[in-house]
Amino acid sequence: MELEPVIGLEVHCQLATRSKLFCRCPADFGGQPNTRVCPVCTAQPGTLPVLNEQALDLALQAGLALRCKIREQIKFDRKNYFYPDLPKGYQISQFDEPLCEWGELAFEVEKGVTKVAKIRRIHMEEDAGKALHPDGASFSLVDLNRAGVPLVEIVGMPDLASPAEASAYLQALRRTLRFAGVSECDMEKGSLRCDANVSVRPKGQQEFGTKVEVKNINSFKNVERALVFEIARQGELVGRGEKVVQETRSFRDSEGTTVSMRKKEDAHDYRYFPDPDLPLFDVGSARIDRARAAMPEEWTAKRRRYQGEWGLSEYDARVLTEEPALARFFEGVVAAGLPPKAAANWIQGEVLAFLGETKGELAQLKLGAADLHALVAMEEKGELSHQAAKKVMRRMLETGEKAAQAAAALDLLQIRDSGELAGAVDAVIAAETKVVGDYRGGKETALNALLGRVMKATKGKGDPNKIKELLLQKLGKPGS
Amino acid sequence: MLPTELAKSAAAIAAAVRAGRVKAREVADHYLARIAQHDPTVRAFLHVDPADVRAQADAVDARVARGEKEGALLGVPVAIKDNLCTRGVPTTCASKILAGYKPPYDAHVVERIRAAGGVLIGKTNLDEFAMGASTENSGYGASRNPHDVKRVPGGSSGGSAAAVAAGFAPLALGSDTGGSVRQPAALCGIVGHRPTYGAISRYGLIAFASSLDQVGPMALNVEDCALLMDVVAGPDSRDSTSRPAAPRAGDGGKGGAALAGLRIGIPAEYRSDSIDGEVRATLEKVEQLAVAGGAKLVPLNLPLTPYAIPTYYLVVTSEASSNLARFDGVRYGPRDEAQDLHAMYGATRRLFGDEVKRRIMLGTYALSAGYYDAYYKKALQVRARIGEEFARAFAQCDVVLGPTTPTPAFPLGEKSDDPVQMYLCDVFTAPAPLAGLPALSFPCGKSKAGLPIGAQLQGPALSDARLLAVARELEKKLALDLSPLEAPRGA
Repeated sequence: MELEPVIGLEVHCQLATRSKLFCRCPADFGGQPNTRVCPVCTAQPGTLPVLNEQALDLALQAGLALRCKIREQIKFDRKNYFYPDLPKGYQISQFDEPLCEWGELAFEVEKGVTKVAKIRRIHMEEDAGKALHPDGASFSLVDLNRAGVPLVEIVGMPDLASPAEASAYLQALRRTLRFAGVSECDMEKGSLRCDANVSVRPKGQQEFGTKVEVKNINSFKNVERALVFEIARQGELVGRGEKVVQETRSFRDSEGTTVSMRKKEDAHDYRYFPDPDLPLFDVGSARIDRARAAMPEEWTAKRRRYQGEWGLSEYDARVLTEEPALARFFEGVVAAGLPPKAAANWIQGEVLAFLGETKGELAQLKLGAADLHALVAMEEKGELSHQAAKKVMRRMLETGEKAAQAAAALDLLQIRDSGELAGAVDAVIAAETKVVGDYRGGKETALNALLGRVMKATKGKGDPNKIKELLLQKLGKPGS
Repeated sequence: MLPTELAKSAAAIAAAVRAGRVKAREVADHYLARIAQHDPTVRAFLHVDPADVRAQADAVDARVARGEKEGALLGVPVAIKDNLCTRGVPTTCASKILAGYKPPYDAHVVERIRAAGGVLIGKTNLDEFAMGASTENSGYGASRNPHDVKRVPGGSSGGSAAAVAAGFAPLALGSDTGGSVRQPAALCGIVGHRPTYGAISRYGLIAFASSLDQVGPMALNVEDCALLMDVVAGPDSRDSTSRPAAPRAGDGGKGGAALAGLRIGIPAEYRSDSIDGEVRATLEKVEQLAVAGGAKLVPLNLPLTPYAIPTYYLVVTSEASSNLARFDGVRYGPRDEAQDLHAMYGATRRLFGDEVKRRIMLGTYALSAGYYDAYYKKALQVRARIGEEFARAFAQCDVVLGPTTPTPAFPLGEKSDDPVQMYLCDVFTAPAPLAGLPALSFPCGKSKAGLPIGAQLQGPALSDARLLAVARELEKKLALDLSPLEAPRGA
């Protein structure tokens, strides 16, 4: 019997707000434990939540980017459970009336093959804190810096048919949210977390098999790893004629396996009910329209535009739309006046190579769009050779110097003064009697050899066009 | 000793301090002396720090000396129910589970009282987490009714009511979820106002049942009650349920022509045989005075009245089961160490009293999968119906008048083993909170045994000023002695 997997992902993304969802504490990653807290997010008795409307706007944008229907009036519910990292003893979430429902996401299964997966719902909720269990200690520690950070949970329909599809879906989702400015989606900083619902069924069968939820998938590469393992595990069970148990399992990175966390009958009863501290909130069509108008251009649209309007290759368009910061930089360079193709070449060549070598981030780049344009202009004017321009660029990337400054510092400005070059040309002609003889004898390519000698004599700084001009002046045409 | 005309009026104290006729320090010393002498009998307070009280009073005197004479409560001592957070001052909700807890912040209402020049004189006793109607559920012992110390002061704001009646403070703040300001006010012979839901910020009020909890002012007379209402009411961006245009007392405390042409609804359900005869007779006298003042009585029916109690207890227990989840020993309050996390949770929660545990369990059950629709959701439906019933009533009348409680104060211990009898104390006070409506209890007489009897006025949302005005006019006509007791009685 041939089995096929059915996969749906539940993805938590941290909204890129300055402050937390229900208080004014900073929401960014890091900080000494329990320094980004206040009476509200530590659940001091008597404190109350107040909705951060920036979080609502970002959640709305997530919904719009994923083509969801948006609810015009929302409520928040309490999800009740006990854990030390959950200070109130309940999480404020949205239960039966999520902000967004029924959207979709297109993703590339393989090159040129696109699939569309349905999004079931997107709701807003607050994050919990972090419980730390020091090795060998008889106690645990709680850090509430993260408690109250705004999240959206994006629940996909079980439309994914393989681990590779799940991975591609997650990549597309991440890129979509990053380009929409909704979330950083950085798995390492916990601003994107992914749980997977997986089942297997005989190929062609309509009904789903028994579902297992896999949690703690902590990196992009582990999405496929965890799913491959879990599908194989379920396949073996079914192959042996055993039943898959409905349960929640945890992915173990070190072994690449999943282990049981809790069975269905141990599932929590969260006793959801509407949070009486938060009245119904009118989202309103005006706010939805505003959010729609404020949406940044989507990466798919950028890709089309780069190819269509700007004439880039598919490959170039693809690379430049990997990351929003890269696309922004590229568009900035074009806006500064560089033709798109040249901008694409420079960025993909020098800039990305530099970032790759130094493991740097675009956000920290010392090179501005205008600086890059200025550099290319110098080359076009003949002030720098192409090779010299590359060296200057490298220095600009390293030091943050302007193009002229970096070129001067490297002493790479081209010698274009005929008088200065003529001396070098004369010296080469005098020294290289054999090559000059070849040229005069009709060997046209010998001119390039002479040009090379002059370049060498000027330490690469001579303007090759000027040198060639001078050589021709002095030697005439080949064979003459 | 303060002159009598000051001891019976917070407004007069503030005026005298402002005019320099008396020092805030003298006022504070007067009340501290009374507390030292009589509170061992009444047990209204859980926490009084005389040094801190004197320091606050001295700061007010310094303020006045500098010529800063604004502040409606200059030098007026205010007793604060111990479920309102006071920065650095123990706040326990009368629960062992919060023993030693000192909040890092002041409740909104506490900030407002400090800003108005009031002096926080102490934290008053209550039924643990405001769950009860007699203050007997306090984790630190019951308070006594100053009119008869063998009887309960009512609850849950029993400490606040007893403190005002016994002359320990001219003003107090309580909180009212299903009658916790009005019922003890009635039993202790003072005025207690539960404002329209959202009139006073709940920020810093430790939640019992969030959709019903309201802070309420308590005072010896209507004018003082209005004075305190105007200090603490108003919008607050830290409470999402606070009303942007909150109702104020305005001139309500002064009365005026409030009775002329007033349509007073008299529900048949508030005259049942289960109501004490003396209470009924006293209320009828109030009705006659109102009519003599130009009001018209409108007989009406509120047939859902008996459903208010079961509805109320489903809503409050459900919300409480979630609100009290945070008292887990992890972040504040005492912690019982144990082998593992769940054992620690379990051991620490022995610190909850029986009534609190009962309500947490009832609420947990009502919200459970499979029971939610039958209990919590049904209760919300009935709650909406009760609101509609009030809306229909207020199409026919301007206010509804009736007794605040079915009986005067009952003896300590009489109902403490029978939760349902205790719950029925709220029969007339639970409906208004379910509908978010304002209601006010004012003294209207005494039983032959000398126990106070309270009358309750209820009105549509935002009618707070009118309720105060009507109460003030009736108070004038009743002409009762509204001075605090010289000493507790029945000791």
